[in-house]
Amino acid sequence: MGKSVLLIEDEPNIIEAISFILLRDGWEVNTHANGQTALARIAEKKPDVVILDVMLPGASGYDILRGLRAEPETHDLPVLMLTARGQNKDRDMAEKMGASQFMTKPFSNADVLEAVRSLVGS
Amino acid sequence: MATLNVLVAVCLAYVALLFGVAFMAERAALRGRVKWLRSPVVYTLSLSIYCTAWTFYGAVGYAARSGLEYLTIYIGPTLIMVGWWWVLRKMVRVGRAQRVTSIADLISSRYGKSTILAILVTTMAVAGTTPYIALQLQSVTLSFAAFAGTTEIAGVGNSRWTALWVAVGLTLFTILFGTRNLDANERHHGVVMAIALEAVVKLFALLAVGVFVVWGMSGGVGAMLEQIDASDIGSWQMQGGRWAGLIFLSAAAFLTLPRMFQVLVVENENEDHLRLASWAFPTYLMLMSLFVVPIAVVGLARLPQGANPDLFVLTVPLSQGQTGLAMLSFLGGFSSATSMVIVAAIALSTMVSNHIVMPIWLRVAYGGAKMSGDVRNLVLFSRRVAIAVVVLMGYIYYRFSGGGAALAAIGLVSFAGVAQFLPAMLGGLFWRGATRTGAIMGLITGFAVWTWSMLLPSFGTGEILSPQVFEAGPWGLGWLRPHALFGIDGLDPLVHAILWSMSLNTLVFVAVSLGSFPSPLERLQGAQFVDVFLHSARPQSWSGGVAQSEDLLIMAQRILGPIEAQALFRRAASKQGLVGYLPEPVPDFLNELERELSGSVGAATAHAMVGQIVGGASVSVKDLMAVADETAQMMEYSSQLEIKSEELTRTARQLREANEKLTALSVQKDAFLSQISHELRTPMTSIRAFSEILRDTDGLRSAEKAKYASIIHDEAVRLTRLLDDLLDLSVLESGQVNMNMRRGTLKDILDHAMAAAGGGKALPVQRNRENEHIGLWTDLDRLAQVFINLIANAQKYCDASQPELRILVKPGQAGGIDVDFVDNGSGIPHDRQEMVFEKFARVSDQGAGGAGLGLAICREIMVRLGGRITYLPGQGGGAFRVSLPGEALTTSA
Repeated sequence: MGKSVLLIEDEPNIIEAISFILLRDGWEVNTHANGQTALARIAEKKPDVVILDVMLPGASGYDILRGLRAEPETHDLPVLMLTARGQNKDRDMAEKMGASQFMTKPFSNADVLEAVRSLVGS
Repeated sequence: MATLNVLVAVCLAYVALLFGVAFMAERAALRGRVKWLRSPVVYTLSLSIYCTAWTFYGAVGYAARSGLEYLTIYIGPTLIMVGWWWVLRKMVRVGRAQRVTSIADLISSRYGKSTILAILVTTMAVAGTTPYIALQLQSVTLSFAAFAGTTEIAGVGNSRWTALWVAVGLTLFTILFGTRNLDANERHHGVVMAIALEAVVKLFALLAVGVFVVWGMSGGVGAMLEQIDASDIGSWQMQGGRWAGLIFLSAAAFLTLPRMFQVLVVENENEDHLRLASWAFPTYLMLMSLFVVPIAVVGLARLPQGANPDLFVLTVPLSQGQTGLAMLSFLGGFSSATSMVIVAAIALSTMVSNHIVMPIWLRVAYGGAKMSGDVRNLVLFSRRVAIAVVVLMGYIYYRFSGGGAALAAIGLVSFAGVAQFLPAMLGGLFWRGATRTGAIMGLITGFAVWTWSMLLPSFGTGEILSPQVFEAGPWGLGWLRPHALFGIDGLDPLVHAILWSMSLNTLVFVAVSLGSFPSPLERLQGAQFVDVFLHSARPQSWSGGVAQSEDLLIMAQRILGPIEAQALFRRAASKQGLVGYLPEPVPDFLNELERELSGSVGAATAHAMVGQIVGGASVSVKDLMAVADETAQMMEYSSQLEIKSEELTRTARQLREANEKLTALSVQKDAFLSQISHELRTPMTSIRAFSEILRDTDGLRSAEKAKYASIIHDEAVRLTRLLDDLLDLSVLESGQVNMNMRRGTLKDILDHAMAAAGGGKALPVQRNRENEHIGLWTDLDRLAQVFINLIANAQKYCDASQPELRILVKPGQAGGIDVDFVDNGSGIPHDRQEMVFEKFARVSDQGAGGAGLGLAICREIMVRLGGRITYLPGQGGGAFRVSLPGEALTTSA
């Protein structure tokens, strides 16, 4: 079936782990590690789901999210936010900015899979 | 001829003594014994360069020709000194507050740091002083000739050589002791000491001759007085106009002569020294003039007709066979001449290099303030050349003028020339309305009239101006006759020249000032000068903002030297509550920097250099408002209210600051927790994800299993290291750590640190092990930890194609040492330098493994060890300085 995911994250080990899980579930996975060029990459790849880390070099995940929501083309693109800060105000912030779903690191692999699936299904 | 040889020997010995004294004084100053060197007595004695050879020899000649008129030359300065409270105190205060280096600097600085004015005044000063230097050379030559028995004066035989040798010797002395320091405000201890000695010698010599004449030749005071009564000099023939003119002239010259300005203002250490000088210097002058009339009377009576009265001080003892006394008298005259030439050459060379050479250099090397290389050498070199040129010009003038005119006449020409600075200077100190254009026009007018009515005629009728011009004026214009301007005839030529040059100068200065508008900078400087006693330190001009502190530091290092510049920047930074070497370029700091620089290169140049870096507009609206407010004098009426409101403002500010601090602390705590959370959760994420993969995934290949297990392992190690660092930091921060103090050497610690960081393989390290044999009493492991961290950082972050680290050991502050780690990479960007020592601060985005705690730990360790670690900007790469306090050093390694 080959629905595609774009993973925007800068920790190499976390990239490897998430890629592994999704690939085994049959997803097409692309990865990108830089915050500044992330929007361009999304526009180019047109993924079905974006997994977005908050702390990125170059720009914050919130900035990217705001950019996505401002464009009509990507206004409704499902976005799963990941953060390692895990405070309530981070979750509030993500929701206000229009994240489709929010997860705190460390996560369980099953939760990630489920979240991604449900985002595409909805 | 035997006496001549002895004379040469005595002369050389005396010069050697002067060199010795100057050298010792410099040495003493280096060892910090400045207090004794800079007593008010030395200051007063140094003022005696007012008494040149002209006064020493010439006063007697003057008395022999014109009676008591010579006294006017002493009365002028006496009036100034006695009235020091009004003019001199202000000059000295302004000079010190603005770090003025010369009279040209003072005038240029007052009128908006104008380069044109500085050049104008410098040129005039050189033109006005050259005849005076020639005069000194002439007097030495004449006195030599008197000894040699060839009373036929100058221009003959070896007198030419005498003058040349004297000129060469003076040049050498001046260069040696006058250009040792760049900063004119650092003062020339050696030169001043030598001058003070010369002051004593010349006074002693003149008094000795006087005593000999009165008691040895004339038989006591009573007989002497009778003799004076009998002679022509005794008859009191005072010409009111000429006396007033001369008194005014000598008073003006006392303030404006470049060499007087040098000793009065630039070399002044303490304003209070003026108190002693105000009565002691007039006393000195009184003593110098005490025996002038007796010597003149005796000389006229006892020496043959036609003997040169300018040499009576020398020839009277000679005629009595008193060779020893004559020798002393010769040394007195020699002292007078040499001290004048030395100080004049220093003053003029500072002016020439600061106001002519530096501006030209700045323009030629455009953007030059930022180029590499040391400007100090250029400045010092130009000063040395200027000294040689100034003395050489004096020599050429001496040869050209043939030594014809009487000593006093040349002196007066010089006096009148530099007196032209007076309106611009006093106007600048006391009148807010004085403008740059007014000053320039006034100076040019005064100088032109002086040249026409005094300088050119001084060469003698027929030399430069033909007799025809004197009779009928140039091109037949009768009202331009040099001695009868505007058809006013019958005045004494001297009074005529002073009257016209000074009054036209003042008139044009005032009229043009009233008719022109000062620039904003002029207004500000004007307020600073005129109201110097109200506010000695007010912000005046720069509105920083775009200035790059690092560029400023690079420039300052090249002018002040790296150690002074770094100290200055660090002081300014800590005054602003910042750590490190880069203060905010706020107006206060820029003004301070500019004043420091102007101590080395003059106000106009310093302003231009700072301006090149700061760029653009230099006066803010706020500054202008301040001036406007002041002129309205609102403040004076509401000073009480102002104090109250200031207090309120201060309290409010304190409250606001306290509040800001609390808010900042709370924000900091939140940020710290959130950072820790991030740093801990990131490795945990990988660990959890991969352990779930290992647990839940069937059919993993063994290579995959091994790889994922090792990721889990690495992340666990990373987590542990992070926890260790955090713990270490919190222990250090809480101060609950025991330092394990031991003895060791710096070299061993550095060796250990290099080995622990992987040796010199990853990154070549340059060290000078000679310097590292320093015994330490400190926590060796903790210090090594700091060094390892710095070396490892350089390995990780130095981005040069051929990376290299230099470790330099230098003496630090308060007896400590500095160990600098300098790499050749691109360094830390200016905006990040402040934060590299903060927790979790990482400069590069590519997280090279660390959690960003290394430098924070280093900082805490150094605080515990009583030292500090700082980032050192402007070294052409990443550079950290580890400073160890003096207490950490042991005498034996």
